[in-house]
Amino acid sequence: MTVVRHGFLGALSPGHRKRLATFGHDVSFPGGTRIFDEDGVADRFWIIRSGLVALDVHVPGRREAVLETLGEGDLLGWSWLFEPYRWHLGAQARSTVSAFEFDAERVRAACEEDPSFGLALTNCVAQVIARRLKSTRIRLLDLYGPSDAGES
Amino acid sequence: MTAAAPLTARPGAAPVPYRVAEREAETPDTATIVLEPVRSALQPFAPGQFAMVYAFGVGDIPLSVSGIDGRRLTHTVRTVGAVSGALNGLRRGDTVGVRGPFGTDWELPAAAGKDLLVVAGGIGLAPLRPLVRDALAAPERYGRLNVLIGARTPHELLYTGDVRGWQSAARILTTVDRADPPWQGEVGVVTTLLDRAAFSPGASAAFICGPEPMIRAAAGELVHRGVDPEQIRVSLERNVHCATGHCGHCQLGPLLLCRDGPVISWTKAQPLLMVREL
Ligand SMILES: Cc1cc2nc3c(=O)[nH]c(=O)nc-3n(C[C@H](O)[C@H](O)[C@H](O)COP(=O)(O)OP(=O)(O)OC[C@H]3O[C@@H](n4cnc5c(N)ncnc54)[C@H](O)[C@@H]3O)c2cc1C
Repeated sequence: MTVVRHGFLGALSPGHRKRLATFGHDVSFPGGTRIFDEDGVADRFWIIRSGLVALDVHVPGRREAVLETLGEGDLLGWSWLFEPYRWHLGAQARSTVSAFEFDAERVRAACEEDPSFGLALTNCVAQVIARRLKSTRIRLLDLYGPSDAGES
Repeated sequence: MTAAAPLTARPGAAPVPYRVAEREAETPDTATIVLEPVRSALQPFAPGQFAMVYAFGVGDIPLSVSGIDGRRLTHTVRTVGAVSGALNGLRRGDTVGVRGPFGTDWELPAAAGKDLLVVAGGIGLAPLRPLVRDALAAPERYGRLNVLIGARTPHELLYTGDVRGWQSAARILTTVDRADPPWQGEVGVVTTLLDRAAFSPGASAAFICGPEPMIRAAAGELVHRGVDPEQIRVSLERNVHCATGHCGHCQLGPLLLCRDGPVISWTKAQPLLMVREL
């Protein structure tokens, strides 16, 4: 298996990338598959090779609200790295998705056993979280609203 | 290669009458109007330049050209106040006064041989549409063409027919901030689409227009990925009143955007946009 080089894994050294690859395998989800649900146990994570995945939140009495979509090269799931290892959001395949799936428990154990691998991986995940936080903050501005007004 | 300097209108010239030949509603608050000259036409516009369009009895506002077709001028106007509302409400056969062309343009020919990244947020796609059309008309001149489009909701996406037509010749990526259930596309800010664009950072030119925080985020991300800031051109559409460099309303640091802009390089724009209360 060759793990995609760009996206989330770009910052890992070739040695660490190879090590991570030993914990993964190829999977594919038909469009419409629920990959995980909010509050479920975060025992796996994925790197998307192709297709689109919607991250959603359950709103009682309504359909799931889609907050964000992830695509090629993106990391799907980071709750597996931090206690209590439960998903904050749900995930559903919007189209056929092919991905590398990783066993979170084995990866966590490897992180403890080899702190330099653990630090590098935690760093990659932290960068993903920081980017998503930044994107969310930009969206909070409601940029395109009627009063956005490129105004000085 | 350097593009020939576009023509700019003479300060103080009187508005030239144009008649509305077509009007198409794009979204609930945005319409595209095609204008044809009643008698003589203005000098040709270049993509990125703008006109001062006068709704008789109400006032005039700057509007970018969203289409250039011989003597005809196309503008896309979103209602935010009195004048934009009056222009949005025009019908076929109505007359307006137009001055222009004003300002700098995208200088697309200077990007020959490079991969192109067009990044548009909301109404920001308007001044970029003629650039995309020019790039599509001369595919041998440029590398890969990527068009990244962001809008608040799926209902606020502009030129959906055109955009579908571009798909066969360019990489078109669209995202919305908020999706309703029928939307099956991407959800998120436009900058996240860069992950899926096809470009070599060292040999790319980018053209960005949209709300200023989006411009900053997109240009910053491109520089982070290795695109030369001098190869990033942004359109800053701050309050333009006179369009002739006299009134100072559109001043941004040392620049008067109606004359030195609206399209400027990221090298010039970046330090100015980082300053508070400029
Ligand atoms: C170079 C340039 C090109 C432009 N191109 C287009 C275009 O292609 N299509 C289009 O719809 N608009 C465009 N605009 C914005 C357009 O000129 C303004 O929306 C318009 O001047 C508002 O006038 P008004 O009388 O309708 O509203 P006003 O009563 O003047 O303002 C109503 C509200 O809109 C805000 N506003 C004022 N100026 C702007 C501005 N520049 N951008 C956004 N909001 C503003 C005001 O602060 C106020 O909140 C462009 C602006 C510039 C400077």
